[in-house]
Amino acid sequence: MKKGYELIYKRPKTLLSKRMHYCPGCFHSTVHKMLMEVVEEMDIQEKTIGVCPVGCSVFAYDYLDVDMQEAAHGRAAAVATGIKRMLPDRIVFSYQGDGDLAAIGTAETIHACNRGENFTFIFINNGIYGMTGGQMAPTTLEGQKTTTSPYGRKPDTAGMPIKMAEIVSLFERVAYVERVSCNTPANARKTKRAIRKAFEFQMQGLGTTFIEVASNCPSGWKCTPEESLNWLKEHVFPYFPLGVFKEPAKEKV
Amino acid sequence: MPQKGYVEISVEVCKGCNLCVIHCPTECLALNTSDTNSYGLHYAYLVDEDKCIACQNCAVICPDAAITVYKKVA
Repeated sequence: MKKGYELIYKRPKTLLSKRMHYCPGCFHSTVHKMLMEVVEEMDIQEKTIGVCPVGCSVFAYDYLDVDMQEAAHGRAAAVATGIKRMLPDRIVFSYQGDGDLAAIGTAETIHACNRGENFTFIFINNGIYGMTGGQMAPTTLEGQKTTTSPYGRKPDTAGMPIKMAEIVSLFERVAYVERVSCNTPANARKTKRAIRKAFEFQMQGLGTTFIEVASNCPSGWKCTPEESLNWLKEHVFPYFPLGVFKEPAKEKV
Repeated sequence: MPQKGYVEISVEVCKGCNLCVIHCPTECLALNTSDTNSYGLHYAYLVDEDKCIACQNCAVICPDAAITVYKKVA
């Protein structure tokens, strides 16, 4: 550090110094960073347990310096339920992609939300199966080209993209639902605030908290990170609007 | 008067995604197109230290947490 200067921002200590395997510009690593900043700020490193999915973020336990558990494909919600019921004083989160949470694990997700299990979902929605080579996911937009929909997704045969945040906000025992993104520094800061809020509601035992991150996939979408931000703005946000879908009533907080 | 600062970007951690460069309000960052790190990726660097206002935008948006920000003590 130069003389006369003070440190105002650095990599969180809870994020291990290992180089992340994600593609350049991927929001997975941004969300990892935000998540670990929240853990560092709230000083809950010893009390936090995460559940990893199958997908691009399958190696998240290599980067996050908290207790982690790997789950079978799509079953992170079920594993997190078990952990939270056995250790109710811990802060439990499941970190899942759209192939994991909205495709193979839809049943686990819906039922965990219906039961109001007291843990936090962090759902990375990039609209594509990134790890396996860019196939169509349930959240792929109408007309979006992927390797399994080379002429664009057709709603007549493949249906419309699933809006998970809207769906889970209908459940009575879900406390907090918000969709955020990381496409600008302002939105990235909002993501951090949303994660912090979700953890605080979880500590108060208000019910399931669900954060959906409208993410990008430069490799799967076959574009540069910069172009992926434009695609997010032009195509993803009109269909997946950002914002709070459900919040606990003020007197409860 | 805007505050002054500077950033340090870890060459080996940077993957050259360019997100910090496009979000810098004073355009004081750039991608080094003539050199690469050991992974063969172009890395971002601070071009003009006088322009940096320590707004932390680059550090917040950086997916790989490669950026450290310092602010001048008033």
